[in-house]
Amino acid sequence: MTDMPLTKNIDMSREPLDLAHYRHAGGYVGVLRMFKEMAPADVLETVKNSGLKGRGGAGFPTGLKWSFVPNGDDAPKTKYLVVNADEMEPGTFKDRLLLEGDPHLLIEGMVIAAYTIQATTAYIFLRGEYLRAEALLRQAIAQAHEQGLLGKNIQGSGFDLEIILHTSAGRYICGEETALLNALEGKRANPRAKPPFPQVSGLWGKPTIVNNVETICNLPGILQYGIEWYQGLGKGADAGTKLFGVSGRVKNPGCWELPLGTPIRELLDERAGGMSDGYQLRAFLPGGGSTDFLLPEHLDLTLDYDVIGKAGSRLATGTMIVLDDHTCPVGMVGNLMRFFSHESCGWCTPCRDGLPWVDSIFRRLEAGGGLHCDLDVLTDHLEYLGPGRTFCALAPGAMAPLGSALKHFRDDFEAHINTGACPWPK
Amino acid sequence: MAKINVDGIEYEVNSANNLLQECLSQGLDLPYFCWHPCMGSVGACRQCAVKQYRNAEDETGTIVMACMTPANDGSIISIKDQQATDFRSHVIESLMISHPHDCPVCEEGGECHLQDMTQMSGHNYRRYDFKKVTHRNQYLGPFINHEMNRCISCYRCVRFYNDYAGGDDLAALGSHHHVYFGRHEEGVLESEFSGNLVEVCPTGVFTDKTFSAHYTRKWDLQTAPSVCAGCGVGCNTAPGERYGSLRRVVNRYHHDLNGYFLCDRGRFGYDANNSDQRVDTALFRHAQQEGAVKALSPLEAKRQFAAMTGGNVIGIGSPRASLENNIALRERVGVENFYSGCSDAQFECLQEVIKSLREPGIAHCDVRELEQSDCVLLVNEDITNTSARIALAVRQASRNEASQLAKAARIPLWQDAAVRELAQHNRSPIIILSPQGTRLDDVASEIHLLSIDAQVQLLEAVTHAIDANYSVSRASTDSSVATQIAEQLCKAESPSIVSGISADSPALVKACTNLAKALRAHRRDIAAHTRLVSLSFAMPEANSLGLALLMESGGGRLETALQRLCDEGADAVIVLENDLNLRTTSSKIDAAFVRNTPLIVLDQLHNTFNARAQLLLPSASVFEQQSTWVNYEGRAQTSYQVFQPAENILAAYERLSLTVPVQTCAVSSPLILQEFARAHAAFNALVQLLPVRVGISAIMKSPRQPHRYSGRTAMHAQEQVHKLQQAQDRQSALAFSMEGVMLQKDSSLMASAWAPAWNSNQAISKFQVEINGELKQGEKGVQLIAPERSETGYEPVDYAPPRQLASYKIAHLFGGDEITAFAPAIQARSVGPYACIGEDTAKTLGVRQHGLISIEGHTLSVQMPVLIRKNIAANSIGFYTANELDQHALQGEISITVVPEDDSIVASSRAMFDQLHISDALKEGA
Repeated sequence: MTDMPLTKNIDMSREPLDLAHYRHAGGYVGVLRMFKEMAPADVLETVKNSGLKGRGGAGFPTGLKWSFVPNGDDAPKTKYLVVNADEMEPGTFKDRLLLEGDPHLLIEGMVIAAYTIQATTAYIFLRGEYLRAEALLRQAIAQAHEQGLLGKNIQGSGFDLEIILHTSAGRYICGEETALLNALEGKRANPRAKPPFPQVSGLWGKPTIVNNVETICNLPGILQYGIEWYQGLGKGADAGTKLFGVSGRVKNPGCWELPLGTPIRELLDERAGGMSDGYQLRAFLPGGGSTDFLLPEHLDLTLDYDVIGKAGSRLATGTMIVLDDHTCPVGMVGNLMRFFSHESCGWCTPCRDGLPWVDSIFRRLEAGGGLHCDLDVLTDHLEYLGPGRTFCALAPGAMAPLGSALKHFRDDFEAHINTGACPWPK
Repeated sequence: MAKINVDGIEYEVNSANNLLQECLSQGLDLPYFCWHPCMGSVGACRQCAVKQYRNAEDETGTIVMACMTPANDGSIISIKDQQATDFRSHVIESLMISHPHDCPVCEEGGECHLQDMTQMSGHNYRRYDFKKVTHRNQYLGPFINHEMNRCISCYRCVRFYNDYAGGDDLAALGSHHHVYFGRHEEGVLESEFSGNLVEVCPTGVFTDKTFSAHYTRKWDLQTAPSVCAGCGVGCNTAPGERYGSLRRVVNRYHHDLNGYFLCDRGRFGYDANNSDQRVDTALFRHAQQEGAVKALSPLEAKRQFAAMTGGNVIGIGSPRASLENNIALRERVGVENFYSGCSDAQFECLQEVIKSLREPGIAHCDVRELEQSDCVLLVNEDITNTSARIALAVRQASRNEASQLAKAARIPLWQDAAVRELAQHNRSPIIILSPQGTRLDDVASEIHLLSIDAQVQLLEAVTHAIDANYSVSRASTDSSVATQIAEQLCKAESPSIVSGISADSPALVKACTNLAKALRAHRRDIAAHTRLVSLSFAMPEANSLGLALLMESGGGRLETALQRLCDEGADAVIVLENDLNLRTTSSKIDAAFVRNTPLIVLDQLHNTFNARAQLLLPSASVFEQQSTWVNYEGRAQTSYQVFQPAENILAAYERLSLTVPVQTCAVSSPLILQEFARAHAAFNALVQLLPVRVGISAIMKSPRQPHRYSGRTAMHAQEQVHKLQQAQDRQSALAFSMEGVMLQKDSSLMASAWAPAWNSNQAISKFQVEINGELKQGEKGVQLIAPERSETGYEPVDYAPPRQLASYKIAHLFGGDEITAFAPAIQARSVGPYACIGEDTAKTLGVRQHGLISIEGHTLSVQMPVLIRKNIAANSIGFYTANELDQHALQGEISITVVPEDDSIVASSRAMFDQLHISDALKEGA
């Protein structure tokens, strides 16, 4: 038993475990038992009951998502599993830790997921810049093949699985699961309308499950140690552990596996070592670049999906970006706006034409040419680019830091306009 | 019927559709861009946002996109809701960020959907004060202008061009607010339907380049409902005229035929009307004076015509002349002296086609019905190049499998992207039999590259596979292909056989008809099949079938006429709008005139045949006369006169009906039709085409000119200070005026749709019973061919003796017909004669790609470049004559030799073949 199921094998000072060592450390035990003892429906039930929620940002219950895949004789024979390893959210580097630290954990998880939905082909859609992860994954996939853990009739189970590693040409929107599917098909990476959901008509029109790397990496532990163990890992309402990252002016930026329900203060002070000397915490984005700012008063909240949600933000990817008291919040948000504006796929009007306007205003504010009416335009965009108005969640995600910044840092915005310059030293 | 509540009012709607479509069907104003009636919804532009409420108690509601929300029973929505209204105005504000303020110089201005929607959404104050995004424009060929700066990224262009029309050289490129719609590099847009971009684009990114050359605002165009004379489909068009010249053609919605789309021949071929090759003066050539030509005044022309046609006169009709003109000629010369004007082989084909159309239990298939067919067998006809609009329908038919899959997966059909995603390459069977690869190959389930005889043989085998009682004339060695085709046809709910007569092969027509008969019998036993098997033959010309129907009540064949001229001669021969050089071999024409029978030709354009006429009389074009055309189904449609041509030009029926030169014009199209219909029972239905108007409209005419037509009293002031009397139209309920009652709902008299706040072509929604449905009023034409009572049995099929090298005709949409080939833009897309052979034949002959061959026949000696293709039937050679070479001589006994060439010849041939824009996939074999 372990209380660090995701990172127990990870030691970034050495190469990740190869297959032999991975198995020696207890790897594939759960999978082999699964093949012997469990029907796909049993695995589904187990994952449902475990309470595992998707770690890609939305926090949707994984078992429930899987249950939408059509089963039975009428169901299409071809189904796909796709692992979303296109980690591009600003401030987010958690999947990278898993990919580079323990690639076999992902492969084992993929065997479990693919078996559950009876997919015989699985894709890893990997961020193009993750070159080291690519090399390690290729090596790991080859080793698994050699050992009969992938390919035809895995370990005599009668179940076949091929894993295809696809490296992305690089757009943030590919992290959106339906845009990812389009990109994988060689089309423009525009998101698709839902419904139909990918579970019904996904990759090449076939039932498809898209899961985040970290979500998949939770599966081997659940199968190996069981539901009770898994639920016991969480400190609060949510089950299991999660990777949490901290970036910004802290003493020890990084990424750690912690139980869900850990207080934010513990993450910031104990893991990240607190703020760097001479810097005070001004605010933080709790779950990456597309979440709302939280303030120092929120430090005692626990890292739970619902708790953070009630505070007005989202746990999302769990990777915190810290804003200190020496950094211009307008510049920080402007940087995010530039990113989101550039990464809009150009499909729907509000996102395509709204974000560049927002970006232009931020550039003007920073350059000292801002106007008071600019803030009205920014405020207008909060609703205009809000949830349900745009085709996908990219623009609403971009509005989260903007909206909360306008609320919490109004004075900073106005100072830019009133003084005709950015008041912060560059 | 489902009910929805919009702003407190209840409407009965079709819940299979989305809210936007249903709101528009109800006549409500809701702005949109990316949605299109034929292309469904993709939710990109976000312009059609409305507020939806969960139930009557819900007061907050949610903003939803009407186009992406099903019109479920009980839906409660608000268009007027403030939040929804604000959002829509915000969307327009965004779209206008980089849109240039060039409306006054933009050719879309005045009929711009973006202008209309901007007005409707209430955006009128600019807040954005940063730089606009600008783009470079591309050269896209002779048809289309490109002005990307006007783009609002609605994605309609690529969705039409690629998804709907199967093109592959227009794409959305780049991302975020730099999305660019164009080609990967500058060059001609290759699709035969590129012109529709002009109407599909909601603003002025893609505009009509031929229109630019003589641009006029929509409100300054005089327009009348017209029928395209470019081929036998009979698409409805709205041509526009100003200052006596034709300026453009746009689509006119016809529910059963063209719907929203035209082909590029139909759209851009109009400019032939303005050609410098137009016969605009009557010309008299003195027989004695070595070809000296004298121009005649209108009165002199009438007198000369009367003087020459007093005695024993032979009349030769034309499949490209209207019904009225052919009738008038036959009346003038008498039935015993009237001849068809199409080749005898074609005439025989036409007779077979009429027989097949009269068969009970076999459907005449209109274009829309063809779209709904779930299995299409395409026999020999390269319809993309002969009846292009039908090819677009076949492409849609291939998607019926996708519709079935979507229904099973409960995905609504208007969810366009989702339906395509689900279906992937699952298509309804489209089986193509052809001597060479075609543009539809990408949607074909099977392609059988066969010579015409081999196709007949296969059709016989398929017929035999369905009905064992059918005995084939020539047994085939392998029946598995036939069995497979038979199975698919038998399995289909609504199978269609589509062929044509461009091969001049009656055997092919009979073989198709026999197959349809076998299917008819087979389907009778299966109760589940509620729809008839359908059989269509593409017609080469606008009135091929009309002429053939007319000939049923009398008239002879062309060869008979030529023989009679050769043997006996006549006092004169009148040839109606016909280049006889294209109808038979030149030696026979030369022989016909050995007796120097005076030749009178009535025609619109100069050609090599009418150059030998003693009297050449200018004839009105389809745009300049009221005329009736019978399309490939046997549907007669009226095409109204758009404008009055110059005094020299008369409708042929006017000339032919006037026996006394000074008689004023009393003859009219309705009069001819009325009398003819009375005399011939088979044409009784024509009476329904005659205008019937009641009430005020019976007294007042409807205007051809829009109510904003400008310069009415001043436009000729530089020539004449007196205001000229308005031209009178005695034939129809339309006036050459902006005055009169606008009968906007009477679509048969409505050339261009307009409704308050809807100035673009999208206004048509206001005149449809439902979106993409029938027009509320108006004439769709009348069917002249009724099924007989009793079925007939199989027709025996004759084969031509086998030849070493089977030849076939190549058709091209651009330059392949007698009229539109004269339009400059079409000419820019046309090529000269060439031959097409396979690699084996090339090897045997010893000719290289784009090399030259020499063809020698009895009366023929020509050289032509060679296109070597991979996908061509074995031992076949195709000829494209470009209306220059003697097609009939080429089909006879010929010998082929290779001409020694050098690299420069090959290079110049290659340059010509590049003009063809045959995609690489076709050239090389996919």
